[in-house]
Amino acid sequence: MNKPIRNLAVAALVLFAALLVNINIVQFVQAESLNDRNGNQRVINEEFSRDRGAILVAGEPVAESVPTDGQFRFQREYPAAELYAPVTGYFSYIYGRGALENSQNRVLAGTDNRLFVNRVVDLLGNKQPQGGSVELTIDPLAQRTAASGLAALGENTKGAVVALDPQTGAVLAMVTQPSYDPNRLASHDFGSVNDAWQELTNDDDQPMLNRGTQQTLPPGSVFKLVTAAAAMEELDLDPDSDVQGGTTLSFPGIDYELPNQGGGNCGGNEISLRQALEVSCNVSFGDLAGEVGQEALAEQAERFGFGQDALSGLATSESRFTAEGTDLEAPQLAQSGIGQFEVAATPLQMAMVAAGIANEGEVMRPYIVDTVRSPNLRVLEETSPESLSGAMTEGNARQLASMMVSTVDSGTGTPAQIPGVDVGGKTGTAQSTPDRPPYAWFVAFAPQDDPQIAIAVVVESSDTARSDIAGGRLAGPIARDVMQAVLER
Amino acid sequence: MSAPSTPLVPRKRRGAELGLTVLAVLIGVGAYVAIGLGVEGTVPAGALTLAGALVATAVVGHLIVRRLAPYADPVLLPLVICLNGLGLAMIYRIDLGCEGFCLGGAYQPLVNNQIIWTALGVTLFCVVLAVVRDHRRLQAYTYTFGIVAIALLILPLLPGIGQNIRGARIWISVGPFSFQPGEAAKVALAIFFAGYLVVKRDALALAGRRFAGIDLPRGRDLGPIAVAWLISIGILVLQRDLGSSLLFFGLFLVMLYVATERPGWLVVGGTLFAVGSYLGYLLFPHVQVRVNAWRDPFGDPDANGQIINALFGLAHGGILGRGWGQGSPELTPFSFSDFIATSLGEEIGLTGLMAVLLIYGLVVERGLRIALTCRDAFGKLLAAGLAISLALQIFVVIGGVTRLIPLTGLTTPFLAQGGSSIVMNWAIIALLMRISDQTRRPAPDVAPVEADEQTQVVKLS
Repeated sequence: MNKPIRNLAVAALVLFAALLVNINIVQFVQAESLNDRNGNQRVINEEFSRDRGAILVAGEPVAESVPTDGQFRFQREYPAAELYAPVTGYFSYIYGRGALENSQNRVLAGTDNRLFVNRVVDLLGNKQPQGGSVELTIDPLAQRTAASGLAALGENTKGAVVALDPQTGAVLAMVTQPSYDPNRLASHDFGSVNDAWQELTNDDDQPMLNRGTQQTLPPGSVFKLVTAAAAMEELDLDPDSDVQGGTTLSFPGIDYELPNQGGGNCGGNEISLRQALEVSCNVSFGDLAGEVGQEALAEQAERFGFGQDALSGLATSESRFTAEGTDLEAPQLAQSGIGQFEVAATPLQMAMVAAGIANEGEVMRPYIVDTVRSPNLRVLEETSPESLSGAMTEGNARQLASMMVSTVDSGTGTPAQIPGVDVGGKTGTAQSTPDRPPYAWFVAFAPQDDPQIAIAVVVESSDTARSDIAGGRLAGPIARDVMQAVLER
Repeated sequence: MSAPSTPLVPRKRRGAELGLTVLAVLIGVGAYVAIGLGVEGTVPAGALTLAGALVATAVVGHLIVRRLAPYADPVLLPLVICLNGLGLAMIYRIDLGCEGFCLGGAYQPLVNNQIIWTALGVTLFCVVLAVVRDHRRLQAYTYTFGIVAIALLILPLLPGIGQNIRGARIWISVGPFSFQPGEAAKVALAIFFAGYLVVKRDALALAGRRFAGIDLPRGRDLGPIAVAWLISIGILVLQRDLGSSLLFFGLFLVMLYVATERPGWLVVGGTLFAVGSYLGYLLFPHVQVRVNAWRDPFGDPDANGQIINALFGLAHGGILGRGWGQGSPELTPFSFSDFIATSLGEEIGLTGLMAVLLIYGLVVERGLRIALTCRDAFGKLLAAGLAISLALQIFVVIGGVTRLIPLTGLTTPFLAQGGSSIVMNWAIIALLMRISDQTRRPAPDVAPVEADEQTQVVKLS
């Protein structure tokens, strides 16, 4: 009977080896990712008792830990509350972390490898470890201006503003309305935290949604910039090329006509591309989309960043030209060319389109974390701007930019005019379903020759009467004020 | 594990045992002191009680072995004292962390009960060594143990004393005490299987059809394995106890293989096990819940909080652990019983948990070594069965809580809080040491046979 016993001994050895390998995997290989998981109470307990680093905007904390008496030694505070909530996120004992509090957690908690030396020094000095801080690219004045612009439209307004530095991709403003107060979730009174969470997550207006990066909406006429770019790249058009105008676009053999907004004429049956953009002519761009074709138009959109999560550190939704696998019929392609049908984009994405056009065709990768700093504010890492893609040739981009400038000078974009500055812009008014108000869009950049800011503003619904909603009138002034704030700094 | 073909040196090695026991006790006592310092900043009175209890356990165990089983294996006792000491330390530590926090604040300290159970365990250890002077005598009671085992398995199903705790009906409670008869049934079954298989092994070893190089058993011999399989399924269905079901069937299968030396039985049994597991998965929602929690615990964090917390605890412990009293094992539900292995992993880290696994591995290895060197078939089977049942149990429970395999409810031998487990495991060690003592004992001097007696066919006296 000894042979089976020996075999069993080998089998037992295999079982124990499996146990040993497995705990090595859990406690060594997977340990870091398990510790990083949201809702890990052990790590949260530890983090709540630790001096967590601050999130800084222009040197001022928008999220910081202050010493406190009680169960934990530190209380997380958000001095500006709603204003920066979509960016900072929240730091909750029960509900984990959101936004940058989550993505920059290792730095803020002090467990990042770049802070290794600090940890060793703290350990040797028998000091409590301290977290590093994160400095954002946001311009506080632009942020405040954008928020008050949205707030001025009324309490029930839903919308978002995203502003970028076209030459670097740095996020200058990111505002969402409605927003929420992260202090309510960071409280150590867990009962009230629970109430706040229930209230916020059950709110139909989704105050915890970052509308700038997570909400994709039909961009409407602002997408005509992408169609124009594709037409200039693919069909070699310039601003003076003749394109089709008129009142409606018809399709041979199909009982459907694409009208202009309001049913008017674009100013002739043959108009220049410049004029088509100035008056936001549906017929011209619907026709151009058909001439460029679905594939080339989709590629042009991708070159502007559609289909990518370009911004790291915040939850983003991918913008899309069509749903996966859609093969567009001619009328659908025409509708897509004016930003309807299945086209859906985030405000961030449309700001990238404006930024790419302003920056001579080169789309920079957007970023929001400027520097990562040690507890004594020494810079550990600085984000360097990098190119995301070349969306257009330099010459075409300049011409398209000049067309946007004339749109603001004499077309639909006049509300965004800033005296003495060449502002380029484009309005959009996108229909969704007939029972809800259309989305008012405005994208812009300024100034033309040395672009400092590119911006996208979207107003989803507001207290404004439906007949008054038009991209230029509602969203244009907000874009103008934010650009002015950045230019005057 | 090469064959020790050289004749055994009949050395007692009790001195070596004493040295190892002192080391084991120091590990336990050191743990208590570290916990006291870690949680409360002083060496608390509770720690001294614990240290006293552990020292007493060691002294009694060691003296009894010296007296009643002087040739027994010298490593087993120190190994289990070390495990028992670590278990007491961990439960004491969780008591400190759990007070007013666990079970919605209704948590009662467990370590004092555990000390009493440990004392009972050592007592049973002594009783077994004293009563069973020769393990071969147990063979005479083969069927008695079989009936006892069945009775013990049925007890929890009886109304009145049977208790349904957390979905499994494996407890009985008499007065203030609750007990898992399945733990005792395991030992009784091992004795029953050993006695039964020693007698029937020739018939069961007969080869039937040959398939893929393996002799499958004959169809008519499938009766016993079918019965064992049905009993396991019965446990799964009636008591909803996946772990025990698996353990009993595995025990029978392994002993059948050792008795017959026919790998064919493993094929038959493995197939039955696979069929049974799959049917169990299809038929019982509680099995599906366990399997899903194993495959993707983070798919439903609310429902799988226990295993997720166990993994978080292990990860938080990392390589070196948080240190005694410095982690938060109380966050994991049942950190003191089923999940004590992950609690250890959190406080003493990957290093400590690997050491604990190695101690378990050594216990199993000593058990199998005893089986190898034992000279009689009954003792061989019993020792192999007990050792493998420990190995299986450790694999199933620690593999379950560390997410190697789906979670099943089994106790962690010597570590986990719970009386039946610790008492019966001490009995298992007593049986192994008894067999080992018999094996290593020098053969008694045989009086030279007189010349005229050589003609006798039968020696009468």
